[in-house]
Amino acid sequence: MHELSIAASIVDAVTESASAYPGARVIAVRLRVGALASVVEDSLQFCWELASEGSPLAGAKLVINKLRVIVHCDACGTDSEIEGVQGFRCPQCGELAADLRQGRELEIESIEMDEPETGEAEMGAPSPVEEHI
Amino acid sequence: MTTRIVELRRGILKKNDELAAGLRQRFTSAGVLVLNLVSSPGTGKTAFLELTLRALRERGAHAAALVGDLETDNDARRLAASGVPVRQINTHGICHLDAEMVAKHLEDWEGISLAGLNYLFIENVGNLVCPSSYDLGERIRVALLSVTEGEDKPLKYPGLFNSSDAAVITKVDLAVPCGFDRELALKNINEIRPGIRIFETSARTGAGMDDWLAYLAEQARPS
Repeated sequence: MHELSIAASIVDAVTESASAYPGARVIAVRLRVGALASVVEDSLQFCWELASEGSPLAGAKLVINKLRVIVHCDACGTDSEIEGVQGFRCPQCGELAADLRQGRELEIESIEMDEPETGEAEMGAPSPVEEHI
Repeated sequence: MTTRIVELRRGILKKNDELAAGLRQRFTSAGVLVLNLVSSPGTGKTAFLELTLRALRERGAHAAALVGDLETDNDARRLAASGVPVRQINTHGICHLDAEMVAKHLEDWEGISLAGLNYLFIENVGNLVCPSSYDLGERIRVALLSVTEGEDKPLKYPGLFNSSDAAVITKVDLAVPCGFDRELALKNINEIRPGIRIFETSARTGAGMDDWLAYLAEQARPS
């Protein structure tokens, strides 16, 4: 239900980042979405089309990289992926594992752009942004 | 044309998260304990909060509440009867509260200063999905579940239960007629959020409220 708000946030964030590369056209946006992020992929794809329509991002592909839940087990000290999002138990030893190491991500990983081969836009473009949340 | 890939590694809800972090800092320095109450519509958040606010007031604590709904100020009016400051947030169709709505409603809330409060409750819009993505700057997220909803609610909505700090089971006075399997509900909550504090309450009989109020007092104590 909140996928439209999320899609609109992606449009804002990508438009802002892409504005550093004049002349470039965004062709794909890659996301990292954890299994516990409460985001429905089909719904987000649908909302992405609506939210990007009429913006410079119209037609760009949204690529969703889904991440499984990883828990850290205090009992045996291991980090493991768990199947689905139902039982937060260590698959190695069966103990309950509350320490989540992955699964809530809701991030823009990268954007892919087509840009002119030569010209001022290319010359003036800054190096890739390295911004960590 | 050449293709360029730019790594962003940026949270999609970064703006909300930054705003929420700012709020959290303000709440902490003002010494107010902020709780975000989340459940389905009809779980009994308002009745539970009404009783909580009244009890806190009787104990001399200063509490206030922000209450989110799509439309109407019915809940704010109900809660105001407990004698504490209450403000309605109408989202007009949006299915969750976000940090900006909270900040805005705190900004021009006449007569309210955070430093004068011990507790601020934020009753979210009735929804078990969307509020889980939006940090409001709260210290404690509370997931509520009533005995009429079925014991498997935590399994169906793991995103919310897993991100909560406390769980409240409401309407326990109806447990028997509803055939509520208490052990199973407790087990399910614990499977999704191992070790979470669970309170079993009834706004009608007052059951479990002493435990809950003791928890609030313990959490509000400066560490």
